[in-house]
Amino acid sequence: MIEVDHLVKKFGDFTAVADLSFRVERGQVMGFLGPNGAGKSTTMKMITGFLRPSAGTARIMGLDICDDMLAAQRHFGYLPEGAPAWPDMTPRAFLQFITRIRGFDKAAARAAEGRAIEMTELHGVLDQPIDTLSKGYRRRVGLAQAIVHDPDVLVMDEPTDGLDPNQKFQVRRAISDMAADKAIIISTHILEEVDAVCAAAMIIDRGQIVAEGTPSELAARSRYSGAVSLTLETEKLSAAKTLLQKVAHDSAEIVMRGDESTLHIFASKGSEPGALLADLRARVGEAGLAPRALALETGRLDDVFGALTGKARPAAPLFSAQQEDAS
Amino acid sequence: MMRALLAITAREFSGYFATPLAFVFIIVFLLANGLATFYLGAYFSMGQADLTSFFMFHPWLYLFFLPAISMRLWAEERRNGSIELLLTLPVPLTAVVIGKYVAALAFSALALALTFPIWLTVNFLGDPDNGVILASYLGSLMLAGGYLAIGSCLSALTRNQVIAFVISVVACFLFTISGAPLVLEVFDGWAPQALVETLATFSLLTHFRAITGGVIDARDVMFFASLIGVFLTATIIVVDMKKAEGA
Repeated sequence: MIEVDHLVKKFGDFTAVADLSFRVERGQVMGFLGPNGAGKSTTMKMITGFLRPSAGTARIMGLDICDDMLAAQRHFGYLPEGAPAWPDMTPRAFLQFITRIRGFDKAAARAAEGRAIEMTELHGVLDQPIDTLSKGYRRRVGLAQAIVHDPDVLVMDEPTDGLDPNQKFQVRRAISDMAADKAIIISTHILEEVDAVCAAAMIIDRGQIVAEGTPSELAARSRYSGAVSLTLETEKLSAAKTLLQKVAHDSAEIVMRGDESTLHIFASKGSEPGALLADLRARVGEAGLAPRALALETGRLDDVFGALTGKARPAAPLFSAQQEDAS
Repeated sequence: MMRALLAITAREFSGYFATPLAFVFIIVFLLANGLATFYLGAYFSMGQADLTSFFMFHPWLYLFFLPAISMRLWAEERRNGSIELLLTLPVPLTAVVIGKYVAALAFSALALALTFPIWLTVNFLGDPDNGVILASYLGSLMLAGGYLAIGSCLSALTRNQVIAFVISVVACFLFTISGAPLVLEVFDGWAPQALVETLATFSLLTHFRAITGGVIDARDVMFFASLIGVFLTATIIVVDMKKAEGA
């Protein structure tokens, strides 16, 4: 279990982390989201005892990282940003060093190393110097080091950064496999990752929590949540525009992709949920448009992320009587 | 703590041999030693069966060779990020600092031990006082220990190994010559006598020469031990301060 209790970190006049508090329970994977420089890594460095907080503290399994650092450090595995290791060492020697430091006896160490190697699929590269390995393997070596002692708590700073899609999938699967009996916190700026592995997520910006909840709760805060998407051939677009004038809605945007266009139609404020979809479905049928898809949207995490961290993307081309507001 | 310390020493020590650098270092060190002894020290024309002309150059050789070892102790960990790994493992900072230092000392002890052919030579040529030679070897190792402790502390200040090297050479140089007439004359006459005397006692050279003279005086040993203790403590403080600063 991880408890973060009013953590503050200041570098001179710059406040990197401003009064951050949260909890991660056993069995939970918490996604720590935020743009670069939001304070994710700084927070993780404080939780793991690498940086001393300016104020506040963190507790790992109830052990205070400031007052009881060594005891707390026994309970977690940590994958620092960029998965640092000693470049001249081989993964085998590296893992042996970690188990030795963590006080395993020989037999237990071999078993633990074997298990970590198994989970991170490092068999093929065990005796190559780490700096000759690909980025994906290096990341997995870092992961193996973090899980070798089967810790109660895992802290991972961007565990899938720089990996190819297959490697990302493998690392996420490894995290999900371990999730049941550990408290895990991962930082990322890849939003699909949150959907893929996290039960809870937190968006931070400028050192403060700006939103928290399950990924679907967060996505529901998107302006796309409750909107209707209508996908049809691009040549039918003008017909669709005409049709849209008869429907009560707030605004719409078009995304063209090849010969296909998708209209995102936003419901008017305070309208009945689902009313817009029902209305559109009827009108589209009447007009005989035969769309490729017509569905209610569930909301998008990246949209919430952009809106909350002040880096909203420029709105897609609009056509609407009412100008649509990006915020 | 002991176990973790030894694990760190072992990792660090084998790290020296992961690249050809260690072998290059040892070979160059031995060559430099030989050149200094036979050319600068005029070993043969002295006509004496002792190793005075061998040990007398150690302070000056160490001045450049040992900062080259100590510069990587912390600066390299910081640059490649592994310091974050090292300091979040459940190991007391003291054990990390001492463990790394011991590895550097063991490496320089190895380089020093490999000068043994000169000891064989002198025994073959004549009948030297092997007690004095043993004392000199110990003195040389203590001197190396002092330089490495200074270098360890300065290496912790920066992530740049070149800077660590240069400031270590300068610092070691100042500690070496602080007892030399050249330095003392600058202070003599205007500074209080007590200060001049204190300054003179800080000279590594003075203490080293006392030991290579063949007398292992407790005061000289204490001097090196406290010098090492002070600079290792300073290393711990510097590394710890950087945790608060976040550098």
